[in-house]
Amino acid sequence: MTTITQLVGKSTPPPATVPASRPSTAGRRAARALLYVVLTVGVVAMLYPLVWLLSASLKPADEIFGSVGLLPRSWDLSNYVNGWTSADGSTFGRPLLNSVVVSLGAVVGNIVSCSLAAFAFARLEFRFKRTAFALMMVTIMLPAQVTIIPQYILFHYLGWVNTYLPLILPKFFAVDAFFIFLMVQFIRGIPRDLDDAAALDGCNPGKIYLKVILPLLTPALVTTAIFTFLWTYNDFFSQLIYISESQLYTVPLALRQFIDGTGQSEFGPMFAMSVVSLLPTLVLFLIFQRLIVDGISTSGMKG
Amino acid sequence: MTMTSGLDRRAPTTVRAARATELRRPQGKWALLFLSPWIVGLALLTAGPLLASLYLSFTNYDLLSTPQWAGVENYTKMFTADPLWRQSVLVTGVYVAVAVPLQLTFALLLASVLNRGIRGMSVWRALYYLPSLFGSSVAIAILWREIFGANGLFNNILGMIGIHSTTSWIGDPDWSLGTLVLLRAWEFGSPMIIFLAGLRQIPAELYESASLDGAGTVRKFFAITLPMLTPIVFFNLILQIISAFQVFGSAFIIGGGQGGPGNSMLVYTLYLYQAAFNNFQMGYAAAMAWVLLVIIGAVTAVNFWLSRYWVHYSDEQ
Repeated sequence: MTTITQLVGKSTPPPATVPASRPSTAGRRAARALLYVVLTVGVVAMLYPLVWLLSASLKPADEIFGSVGLLPRSWDLSNYVNGWTSADGSTFGRPLLNSVVVSLGAVVGNIVSCSLAAFAFARLEFRFKRTAFALMMVTIMLPAQVTIIPQYILFHYLGWVNTYLPLILPKFFAVDAFFIFLMVQFIRGIPRDLDDAAALDGCNPGKIYLKVILPLLTPALVTTAIFTFLWTYNDFFSQLIYISESQLYTVPLALRQFIDGTGQSEFGPMFAMSVVSLLPTLVLFLIFQRLIVDGISTSGMKG
Repeated sequence: MTMTSGLDRRAPTTVRAARATELRRPQGKWALLFLSPWIVGLALLTAGPLLASLYLSFTNYDLLSTPQWAGVENYTKMFTADPLWRQSVLVTGVYVAVAVPLQLTFALLLASVLNRGIRGMSVWRALYYLPSLFGSSVAIAILWREIFGANGLFNNILGMIGIHSTTSWIGDPDWSLGTLVLLRAWEFGSPMIIFLAGLRQIPAELYESASLDGAGTVRKFFAITLPMLTPIVFFNLILQIISAFQVFGSAFIIGGGQGGPGNSMLVYTLYLYQAAFNNFQMGYAAAMAWVLLVIIGAVTAVNFWLSRYWVHYSDEQ
C-alpha cells in the first residue's frame, strides 16, 4: 500500500485554488453562484435522511410516518425516555458503557502492540526482516472471514464466548496490521540522528522506543486510537457472533433488539436510541476532524 | 548526520561513530522482543487460522464432534448443488459491480467541485463526509430500513412529486438490493477525501497552460484531471472492491438477518454467517471463506493487470 503523495508524485506544493485567480466576468460569477447552489442542494439531499432521523426521534408515534416534514407539531422527548429504559428496567446506558469499554480496550491494545512492532520494522536490524514485513503487509488485505471460523473455534474452546476477550485481546497481538504500517511510515519520518544521540547516551533500543520514538509518534498514535475506536464501536460482525447475553450487549446488538420488537409504538424509541448511538462517533469527529481527514487522505484508511 | 550514513562498518574512527554503528548491527534479540506480540498474533490469530480454515474446508465439522474428513465434498456441493450459494455470489457480484462505480463517481465528482477554490471547503467536505462517518453503523441500517419501507420517507417524497407508491422497497425482491447499493453509494466520503488529496498534487501549471490553449472546464477535466488521477482512481477502486465484497452489517439489518425477500439481499458474508453460526456447518463455511479469498484475490489480480492499460504514473523523474 502506497501513500497518496507517492502515487501521484510529490512534485509541487499544493496550488491554492486552480482557476480562481483569473479575472471575474459576469458569466463566471454566475457559474460560481450556480456551483454553490448545486453544492447546497447536494448537501441537503445527502443529509436529509440524518436530519429526518433526528426529527423522527422527537415526534410522537403517530406523526413519524406519513409526513416528509421535519418539524414535529410538538417537540416530544418521551421517545428518549421510553427508549432509554427498557421493559426489564435496564437502561441503554449499559450497552453504551459496554461499547465504550470494548472500544477503549481495543484502542489500548492496538496502540501498544502496533507501536512495538512498528518500531522493530522501522528501526531495528534483524534477519528475515523483509520477509516478516512482507508477511505483515499481506495480512492487511486478508478478508476477516477467512480467519474468523478457526478463531471462533479457538475462543469457544477457551470458554471466551460471551466475554469481551475475543473482541479486545486480539488487538494486543497486533492483528490490525494496517496500523503497524501506518506507524512504520511515520517512524521512518523521524530523524535517525535522534536515535543515534540517544544511543550515545547509553540508551538501549527499549529506552529509545520509550523515550525518543513514542513521544514523537503521538500523532500516529492518536490517529490509530480514533480509527480503532470508530471501527470497534461500529463492528457488528464480531460482536454478533461472540456476544449473545443481553447483559453484555454492545450498542449495535442493543439497537438490533429494537427491530425485533415490531409494534408501531417502538419506532420512536428505536429512532431516539439510534440518535444516541451516533453521538459518540459525532463527538469524536467534531474534535478530531482534521486528524481523521488526514488519516484517510494519507493512507486510504476507511472512515 | 551524514557522517554515520557514509560510514564503513570496519573502520569506525571515533567512539561516537562506533556507538552509532553498533546501533545498526543486527539486534535480533531486541527485534524478537518488540515483535513478540505480533508474532504470537500472526501464528495464533492470522496465519494459523488461515491454514486451519483451509483444513476445515475439507471436513464436516459442527463444533461439537470432531471434524470428519470429507475431501472436496464441500466444494463440489458449493459449485454444483447449492442454489443459495450461487444466489449469494450473484447478489454480491451485482452489489460490487454497481455500488463501487457509483460510489467512486460521486466521490470524484464532489472532489473535483470542492477543489475549485470553494469558500469554506473544509465545512463542505465535513458535511459530505458525515454519511460515511455513520454509514457502517447499525443505526443507519435501521434508518434505511424505515426510509424504504411501505410508509417510509422515500414513498412520501415520491408522493410529493406526484408518484403514488405503497411499495415497500425493502420488501420487493426487485428493488431491495438497490437500497443496499444506494446505501453504499451514499457513503462516498472516504474516497472523496482521498481524491481531494490527489487533486491537490496535480501541478497548477498544467491547468494554466491548458487555459492558454483555450481548453474549457470539461476539456481540462478529461485531458488533465482524470489522467493525472488514474493512480488514485485505481487505489480507491481496489480498496472499495475488497471492502464491498465483505459487506455484512447493512445487509443483515436491512434484510432482517435472513437475506431479504427471495434472498435478494443474501450477500456472500451473510450466507457464510448463516452456514457457520446458524447451521454450525463450520467446514462448509470455511470452504466458502476460502472461495471468497480466491475470488477477491482474482478480482484484484485482474484489476492490477488491467491497470497497465489505463493507469498513468506521472512520477517518472
